[in-house]
Amino acid sequence: MANEVCLRTLDHDQPWSLEAYRAVGGYEVLKRVLQEKTAPDDIIAEVKKSNLRGRGGAGFPTGVKWGFINRSAPGDRYLVCNSDEGEPGTFKDRDILRYNPHQLIEGMIIAAYTIGAARGYNYIRGEFQEPYERFEAALEEARKEGFLGEDILGSGFDFQLHAHLGAGAYICGEETALLESIEGKKGQPRFKPPFPALFGLYGRPTIINNTESLASIPVILEKGGDWFKDLGVENSGGTKVFSISGNINNPGVFEIPMGTPFKDLLQMAGGMKDGRPIKAVIPGGSSAPVIPGAQMMELTMDYDAIQQAGSMLGSGAVIVLDDTNCMVRVLERMSYFYYEESCGQCTPCREGTGWLYRIVHRIEQGKGRQEDLELLDDITGKIAGRTICALGDAAAGPVQGMLKHFRDEFQYHIDRKRCLVSAGG
Amino acid sequence: MGFKMQPMTVPEPAPGKDQLFTPEIRAEIDRWIAKYPAEWKQSALMAALVAVQDADTDNNPGWLSQKDLDDVAHYLDLPPIAVYEVATFYSMYELKPVGRHKICVCTNVSCMACGSDEIVSHLEGKLGIKLGQTTEDGHYTLKEVECLGACGGAPMFQIGKQYYENLTPDRVDEILDGLE
Repeated sequence: MANEVCLRTLDHDQPWSLEAYRAVGGYEVLKRVLQEKTAPDDIIAEVKKSNLRGRGGAGFPTGVKWGFINRSAPGDRYLVCNSDEGEPGTFKDRDILRYNPHQLIEGMIIAAYTIGAARGYNYIRGEFQEPYERFEAALEEARKEGFLGEDILGSGFDFQLHAHLGAGAYICGEETALLESIEGKKGQPRFKPPFPALFGLYGRPTIINNTESLASIPVILEKGGDWFKDLGVENSGGTKVFSISGNINNPGVFEIPMGTPFKDLLQMAGGMKDGRPIKAVIPGGSSAPVIPGAQMMELTMDYDAIQQAGSMLGSGAVIVLDDTNCMVRVLERMSYFYYEESCGQCTPCREGTGWLYRIVHRIEQGKGRQEDLELLDDITGKIAGRTICALGDAAAGPVQGMLKHFRDEFQYHIDRKRCLVSAGG
Repeated sequence: MGFKMQPMTVPEPAPGKDQLFTPEIRAEIDRWIAKYPAEWKQSALMAALVAVQDADTDNNPGWLSQKDLDDVAHYLDLPPIAVYEVATFYSMYELKPVGRHKICVCTNVSCMACGSDEIVSHLEGKLGIKLGQTTEDGHYTLKEVECLGACGGAPMFQIGKQYYENLTPDRVDEILDGLE
């Protein structure tokens, strides 16, 4: 039960080629939809039935999002794919682009047909040269086959699809910052509402979905929403592409059913490196609060289970840390990340991320003050929920998680002015 | 902010665009312009900056000079401020000289857990520079970057457009020896 959806070409030679994609039934759903002129509402109903939730991290139901588009309103509409994969620990969309770009393209064409968009963009992070080249090559093949362009397969439906390259900014993974970036501006998030479905790219109605979400569409429509839903568990339909990294033997990307026990995923990833004890797991990208290793071993990988444990499934990026890691150092690095990547638009985030980093840094350096842990608690409360986008919350969450589960390590650093881990504690 | 939904533009397009850059760079920028609605040449700005940065337009391979930025503004009919805003916002644009090989080392959590400290100190020792510096001969720049989305191959770095994964000090030596 692995690699059944987004990575289904992986067993083939040159899994990224049109030939490999055809061998797994690729573009057949698109042909059927265009020939039968399937009603967009029927497609949306099927996607809703599948329980597919946005795979970029927020987990918003994809079918519901598509339903927000008013297809009878005049003027242009856009479809945008978010391949600006930058959440630390996440490397799944890179592999979808590298190994199965045609499935993303087919998913995007079907999505564009459903919402009535004549133009679409795939925003790929600027550093992803190899994935970008694979995507471009696949686009070229799809154009030659008549899957893109005007009057696709004689259906009367037109759709132009292009790649847009980022240039190094985590914030552009936020959907409205990404739209600003396609418009050739700084990637600073917009106020919502209005949501992109009403006022998106170039001010036009726009649907924006994650790479993995869109790449799941052809298989959902081929095998049915119920089939996909039943792969997973309640509230978490389908399979999920997990990226697992850190102190493990076989890090990588695993597409497995939602609800799979974490310990099974860890086993697939080869178990702990050198057989060391598992200390902590960041279950959904660095914005997801940390969970102690022992607790994580009892959890399943789905939205509800991880949320009940006080964290989030996020992008499905699992970072596994063994007992050689100092949690103060780990948090210092994560806090630096948010400080570095804050776009500077909202004061609580722009200033607050700097405060968080500087305080954790001084604790790490053995210069922490007794009041620092309370100060950190206080600052996170003053950032979270007070900014335009979720980057503020994302910066606060890891600090809150670390202080909840590993407060003693921070206290030790402050009291003894050295590290508990390197002291053998 | 997004509510002003007009592209930025200049009142009068300036003449002499055919004197800017090289025909190849102009063709590359035009290829990007064609992807977007006709009035949104601004959308091609990010790609235009990459094309100009990668080329040796102002005797400055790998980075963007003030003249480069102004030329891009001229070519896309944008006010210079629109170009400066973007060029200073995104981390892949270099506004100061960089070495022939820019080594971008990821030190984020997954790479850190897998030994990026050792990779950084090996590079610093080998090249005699710290993160953020360029060797005196102009061959190498060492840059610390945020997660590059290749955590399965941690620790990793990027040189030019190429990713190198599962690094060890020996592997780093091999890679650097293989560069021109």
